[in-house]
Amino acid sequence: MKSNWYETVKVEDIPENTGVSVKLERWQVAIFNFKSMGQVFATQNLCPHKKQMVLSRGMLGDSKGEPKVACPFHKRTFSLQSGACLTDSECTIETYPVKVEKGVVYVNL
Amino acid sequence: MKNSTKRKNIVVVGNGMVGYKFCERMVEQGHLQNFKISVFGEELYPAYDRVQLSSFFNGLTVEDLQLSASSWYQEVGIDLYLNELVVAVDTKTRTVTSQNGRTLGYDELILATGSSAFVPPIPGIERDGVFVYRTIEDLERIEQYSKKSKSAAVIGGGLLGLEAAKATLDLGLSTHVVEFAPKLMPRQLDDKGSAVLVSKIESLGIEVHTDKQTKCIQGNGAVTGLDFMDGSKIAVDMVVVSAGIRPRDELAKAVGLAVGSRGGIVVDQNMQTSKSGIYAIGESAAFEDKIYGLVKPGFDMAQAAIDHIIGAPSGFKGADMSTKLKLLGVDVASFGDALGETNGTQSIVYENGKDGVYKRINISADGKYLVGGILVGDAQDYNMLIQRMQSKIILPNSPESLIIPNAASETSGLGVMDLPEEALICSCENISKGAITSLIKKGDAQNIEDIKFCTKAGTGCGGCMPMLSDLYHETLKSLGKEVKKNICEHFDYTRQELLHLSKVNNIKTYAELLQKHGKGHGCETCRPLVGSIMASLWNDVILKQAHVQDTNDRFLANIQRGGTYSVVPRIPGGEITPEKLIVIGKVAKKYSLYTKITGGQRIDLFGAKLNELPLIWEELIEAGFESGHAYGKSLRTVKSCVGTTWCRYGVQDAVGFAIEIENRYKGLRSPHKLKSAVSGCTRECAEAQSKDFGLIATEKGWNIFVCGNGGTKPQHAVLLASDVDSATCLQYLDRFLMFYIKTAEPLQRTAPWLNKLDGGLEYLKSVVIDDALGIAAELETQMNYQVATYHCEWKDAVENEDRRKMFRHFANSDDDDNTLEFIDVRGQKIPAPW
Repeated sequence: MKSNWYETVKVEDIPENTGVSVKLERWQVAIFNFKSMGQVFATQNLCPHKKQMVLSRGMLGDSKGEPKVACPFHKRTFSLQSGACLTDSECTIETYPVKVEKGVVYVNL
Repeated sequence: MKNSTKRKNIVVVGNGMVGYKFCERMVEQGHLQNFKISVFGEELYPAYDRVQLSSFFNGLTVEDLQLSASSWYQEVGIDLYLNELVVAVDTKTRTVTSQNGRTLGYDELILATGSSAFVPPIPGIERDGVFVYRTIEDLERIEQYSKKSKSAAVIGGGLLGLEAAKATLDLGLSTHVVEFAPKLMPRQLDDKGSAVLVSKIESLGIEVHTDKQTKCIQGNGAVTGLDFMDGSKIAVDMVVVSAGIRPRDELAKAVGLAVGSRGGIVVDQNMQTSKSGIYAIGESAAFEDKIYGLVKPGFDMAQAAIDHIIGAPSGFKGADMSTKLKLLGVDVASFGDALGETNGTQSIVYENGKDGVYKRINISADGKYLVGGILVGDAQDYNMLIQRMQSKIILPNSPESLIIPNAASETSGLGVMDLPEEALICSCENISKGAITSLIKKGDAQNIEDIKFCTKAGTGCGGCMPMLSDLYHETLKSLGKEVKKNICEHFDYTRQELLHLSKVNNIKTYAELLQKHGKGHGCETCRPLVGSIMASLWNDVILKQAHVQDTNDRFLANIQRGGTYSVVPRIPGGEITPEKLIVIGKVAKKYSLYTKITGGQRIDLFGAKLNELPLIWEELIEAGFESGHAYGKSLRTVKSCVGTTWCRYGVQDAVGFAIEIENRYKGLRSPHKLKSAVSGCTRECAEAQSKDFGLIATEKGWNIFVCGNGGTKPQHAVLLASDVDSATCLQYLDRFLMFYIKTAEPLQRTAPWLNKLDGGLEYLKSVVIDDALGIAAELETQMNYQVATYHCEWKDAVENEDRRKMFRHFANSDDDDNTLEFIDVRGQKIPAPW
């Protein structure tokens, strides 16, 4: 994937402490407005466990301070920083650099 | 492999714990396709847990003690002949004949005849009021006779004798224990261990007489007392003899099988007797001239016999006679070389007369290994010690730390997590630590009951239960899940405490609760849990806090494979007009939804995309439907039969009342889902006794059943109240439901909640019916608030533009998710396999 900043959605369009998915060319990306941490994160939308496009609908949280998202299907949790699976070591997800300018979220794929 | 077209016949003589285990293992290991099993049992009842026999006087019934229901044998295809003693075996024709003249042919014969109580030839032993302690029938006779007795003597101070003493004590009799040897449990305990046990038992009011040989049983027809050889005597009106067991080898002798010097049917390592095709297992077998009077070796023998029969001999290797029991409330354990009889062993002893605790460990001559020990008064170290012994784990430098309370922690503890994966946790069922932890890690075991259910661990002697519990909690901890007390790392509180905090401090949002009483940023455990609490307390629109709702609650639908959702409109009581049915059909057709009738008498529409959910609901709401809350931990359905509406047997209007109840409790958020049913008569077509709460009509009103469920571990509901009128019924249900909601643990359904409720059903009745806690009015007020503030969540969602925006797959595009794949099955679409 070439390095490229994509304009996505406004932060305010992502309900606080939840995520949405966005379509960037042919890719599905999950963007999370982790309001209580004051940060926005972006990851792949695909849960690698059962190959489902659902991570954006997962629940946010932290494990000892590390931000994470729990897949709604089987509750595997992934670090929003490293992409590592925190529930088993089998799979990881991709995380993408994010910047917010004038209330708009940009993701670098 | 033999190419047999016909199944071979196995006849099992004896339906005790070991005979049963033989059958159970045959079934589980899939051998019934090659073998047909017939079982003869001499007793009236199918195999029961003889180890727990004394629980019979603590309220357990014969059914509770049974290892499997009578119907099990029929279901798996085993012929069971009860109350039928086998009296003859013809080894030439290979047949057995029972006392009723029933003759069956066998290819393999299993003698699991067990043992009988040894009755010493004491003069007067034939008097009325002398009993043995062995079977349920013995117990029934003892119970009957105890009604006209005030005191009892138990002859025999061994393991079974003390169990018998517990039984007579529980029956309210003043109890004496008489032991021939100078100490109690002479085979398991040393003098000091026995002395501690004696003082503990005497503190319960039992008189212990050691070193006493009974000369005769006095009486004139019925028992009046015991005379001892030393001239002393005691007056009692009942005697229970428990002076040891004798193998039941009379049939074997009649057949001409070899028997051991001290009785018992001689067997080899494959449990074969001296005649081919005949095996002996359990307490009737003598292996290397030794009788094994415990269940675990018996189970191993059953397996050894099976393995030989199927042509894969494993061989019985003898067994450890370690044992841990609670005798008269006193922990007693004895393991390995308990008395330190092996050459060169050294002992370390801890004795605490104040608390009545005695511990002894025996250490090998080289000081490296634990070889045995005794624990009296405090046996919580038993499992760890026995693991250390069996796994040959090198002792710490100061082995006394193993038994001294609160010794330095780095040496004292062999925590369950330190054990090797292959360490046996349940030795009765041969279940290793690894087998249990993998079950927990896979998520197949949600609780300890599941572990017992899946592996049978803890279902034999039950001695491993504390370790099983530790292993369960420690494993969960290692997975990052906390189940004890604190709900997760973000809140140091239980669900009940959080509910209370929120209520008294008027906290209405997750964020506020986290800020005031929690730490960090929450997680997938505490968010939905608090969401549920807030809904139970305030009944506000749950989507105002979308971030705390699990995906089903967040999108008010059930996520399914592929990431689409299913839609379940409420159909109260399962009653629906043809017009409404047509609407459901039209909507399903329009959005190409897969339709299926649910178990709760409603219709599930599958395969809706996120953006379609509000559109579908708009049409359903327009036709008068409401959310069915299938996605929530809340009331699902109130199933009904047609009752007096149509049925010729009905005695009450089951449909009408089911609809009233469903409409009363719809939308009620609870720790777990709630299911209900109303039956119009005792035939119970609505299956109300399998529900969290269910009603069965009577001529006079309703019988209320509570705390049943199907699911992983089905449990029947229990009767809370009988013949109550409809208004009282609703009042009791209000109180019951609110009490459950306020006190249950997260995701705990009503059945396990009741199982753990101190005082059980009687306590629940006292709270709900007699208002013993004085909270009935408050519970009713809270329920009335819930009923009054009900709103259809879907109506709210489709009417609110902001909330509607949440229902789309992409936030930056109206495209569909093109990764969704469907295939056609029986004329409908389903998601492609994952």
